[in-house]
Amino acid sequence: MQSDPKPVLHATGISKFFPGVIALDDVELQLYPGEVHALLGENGAGKSTLIKCLTGAYPRDAGVIMLDGAEINPKDPLSSQAAGIGTVYQEVNLLSNLSVAENLFLGRQPRRFGMIDQRRMLRDSKDILAQYGLSIDPAQLLSSYSIAIQQIVAIARAVELSGKVLILDEPTASLDREEVELMFSVIRRLTARGLAVVFITHFLDQVLAICDRATILRNGCVVGTRKLAEVTQTEIVTLMLGRQLEAATHHHERRETGDVLLSLRGFGKRGAIEPFDLDIHTGEVVGMAGLLGSGRTETCNAIFGAQPADQGEARLRGSPLRISTPREAIRNRIALCPEDRKTEGIVGDLSVRENIILSLQARQGWYRPLPRAKIEEIAQSYVKALDIRLANLDTPIRLLSGGNQQKALLARWLATEPQLLILDEPTRGIDVGAHAEIIALIERLRTQGMALLVASSEMEELVAYSTKIVVLRDRRQVGALTGDDISPNAIIRAIAAEEEPRA
Amino acid sequence: MIRSTLRRVTPQLIILALILALNMVMFPGFFHVEVHNGRLFGNLIDVLNRGAPVALLSVGMTLVIATRGIDLSVGAVMAISGAVAASVITGGASWIVAVLAALGAGALCGLWNGVLVAVLRIQPIVATLVLMVAGRGIAQLLTEGAILTFNDPGLVRLGGGTILSLPTPIWIWIGVAALVGLVVRRSALGLLIEATGINERSARLAGINARVLLIAVYLVAGLCAALAGVVVAADIRGADANNAGLWMELDAILAVVIGGTSLLGGRFSITASLLGALIIQSVNSAILMSGMAVEFNLVIKAVIIITILVIQSPRVRHWIYLLRASSGPGPMPRQPASRTPKIEEGRP
Ligand SMILES: Nc1ncnc2c1ncn2[C@@H]1O[C@H](COP(=O)(O)OP(=O)(O)OP(=O)(O)O)[C@@H](O)[C@H]1O
Ligand SMILES: [Mg+2]
Repeated sequence: MQSDPKPVLHATGISKFFPGVIALDDVELQLYPGEVHALLGENGAGKSTLIKCLTGAYPRDAGVIMLDGAEINPKDPLSSQAAGIGTVYQEVNLLSNLSVAENLFLGRQPRRFGMIDQRRMLRDSKDILAQYGLSIDPAQLLSSYSIAIQQIVAIARAVELSGKVLILDEPTASLDREEVELMFSVIRRLTARGLAVVFITHFLDQVLAICDRATILRNGCVVGTRKLAEVTQTEIVTLMLGRQLEAATHHHERRETGDVLLSLRGFGKRGAIEPFDLDIHTGEVVGMAGLLGSGRTETCNAIFGAQPADQGEARLRGSPLRISTPREAIRNRIALCPEDRKTEGIVGDLSVRENIILSLQARQGWYRPLPRAKIEEIAQSYVKALDIRLANLDTPIRLLSGGNQQKALLARWLATEPQLLILDEPTRGIDVGAHAEIIALIERLRTQGMALLVASSEMEELVAYSTKIVVLRDRRQVGALTGDDISPNAIIRAIAAEEEPRA
Repeated sequence: MIRSTLRRVTPQLIILALILALNMVMFPGFFHVEVHNGRLFGNLIDVLNRGAPVALLSVGMTLVIATRGIDLSVGAVMAISGAVAASVITGGASWIVAVLAALGAGALCGLWNGVLVAVLRIQPIVATLVLMVAGRGIAQLLTEGAILTFNDPGLVRLGGGTILSLPTPIWIWIGVAALVGLVVRRSALGLLIEATGINERSARLAGINARVLLIAVYLVAGLCAALAGVVVAADIRGADANNAGLWMELDAILAVVIGGTSLLGGRFSITASLLGALIIQSVNSAILMSGMAVEFNLVIKAVIIITILVIQSPRVRHWIYLLRASSGPGPMPRQPASRTPKIEEGRP
């Protein structure tokens, strides 16, 4: 860590008001060259808003931004980029119908005789991506790659554009362990070059691993800036939440599960997931572990009918079941809370209230509208139960902070009272407090007799709530763990076991 | 419910009021309404009456645009349905059969569009272009190139008759709009349509039957166009395959846009689209009455669109919001007085 006396970026008195919300109140942020600075806070604390004010994506309502000792007034992200502040926003913000190379070079394509020099662009893209350990074909459409790779492309683009400050808003939310390590090494290389990096995340272990200092926000105010070498994780959490987090106690009373709810035999989809067998009982949480691209999402989608299975059979409570659309799944009280909330989950312009009751209403049919009072009751109760932070229920859901959007989507599916709830990365982007609440919620739903299938990249989390864990690799089920066998190490071993003979 | 609708259509109401006021200044008799032979006459009645086709089209077009689609074929469908009604009635059938046949033709056209868009996943602008081009040809085949005239009093009444002193077309468009509006807003259809228009993928995954919904909105658009075609044919007592509904799809789209429904789909308001249709008709009749060249009509329309779009642009809305916030009682109770906004300040 550097204690260079001159900050590269110094923002003071930053305030931002939205109708009914004080998103930022007199916030100060200092960044020194070569440091990785964590920006921490609960969902809705104002982290993303602060970033957007610094880059000019939002006009700020008050405050001064000094970059290298000179005041800057970015009117839009382009001008802050030109000044040297590069940003990767929380939601991937690239154009998925352009190629990887075009995304990397958008707006600054290399030219030759006035024409875009495709060959050079592809070659340069390859070089750039190689620095990130990616050997993908930059001529392919961005959308043909996973979110993780899209995220790395976004980071590469921001790094290429920025000279002084790089801001990463939850960049690791959709990366697996190896990719996180890869990114850390990239970050370290960048800070060695003197770049200041702002790192927003809800993974505190990552904060402790890579960050030098942290600024903690609560309800739009700075509650402290700390050197991470001098504080404990508990202190940080207490600062963030304004209260102490009860230690997560997952006493594994592995009680008897109920009857078989869903039984899959030779179930699979060509090109997406190899045929597999799986029984899910009532009162059971089946965890799904595996690296990115191992087929977790594909498994969820096949069961839910989003990418319907084309082989094998399924039985629901013993009777044959054919699911070829999400509607059929929902009619059978199967719910899926998808991984990519922006494109597959939220309906951005609709209010939070409408988003919460959407699936319930769709199942009821258009001719049987839910009564207003009922809608209000459902929405209110879930906002309360899941502690969704919002100005009011009429707020369009896209204006909620990322974590609160996630909770609202969870509410949508809980409102349909499913018998099987499939959760694909349910805690992505959720703060430590809410993280513990969601784990508790999963446990509660299980004891109430719901069956759950949960895909997650977080081993500790899977261990905390799963009664059984299936491990996937290369779109195949390669193992299952039950009872006392379940531990993070066992999962990692199961994932790796298959790898060794091949290597 | 009514309050929120009112708030939603305020810009359109203001513009309509402005244009009507302008009309009154230019033509003092504009608001004069008198009764002749039990029928109301006057410029205002005329606007409501002449505006019927575009108003009818805008009802269906609003739903289509709300799903992020567009229907370019409605003008051609008007020609088809007019031709069908005329040929059925000249074939000796009753006017009711003629109207039903015309509606059937409109429904078929709508279904065709809907299947192209929802099942074959062809982009709406291209899918409906097919029928826009082919439809007029079909209508010409039906009328064998001539203007097919008729005199059946029942059918003629739909264009030129009166009910309770008001011209029938006014009743027709108000009735259709009220019916569609009620069905859409009293049921959950409106919500499901909006969800599909905003994010079809999310909507499908939430269990909405987007395919059927899409087909349904094109079907409604076809039915509305068929009714408009019947009204126009009844008005001139004949089916003119070349000119009936010509370019009217553009007026209908314009009405929806003036009504503030985004071409990117999502939130829609049928009431606002109807006001849009009336705005267009008021401008048309003002220009007709002033004796100006009809070409001015296009320029003036363009000016109006620009004005409305500017008022509705998010940036201008934000300015209006800031203006309100800095004058009246601020929306931020905790905002300290000493901290003045520095947004507009440039670099020293
Ligand atoms: N454009 C907007 N209009 C109205 N309110 C907004 C807008 N953007 C953000 N907010 C509100 O401002 C507050 C701060 O949101 P922000 O996105 O900065 O939170 P965050 O700290 O990034 O949370 P998360 O960890 O969930 O991403 C939230 O209450 C949010 O609802
Ligand atoms: Mg955020």
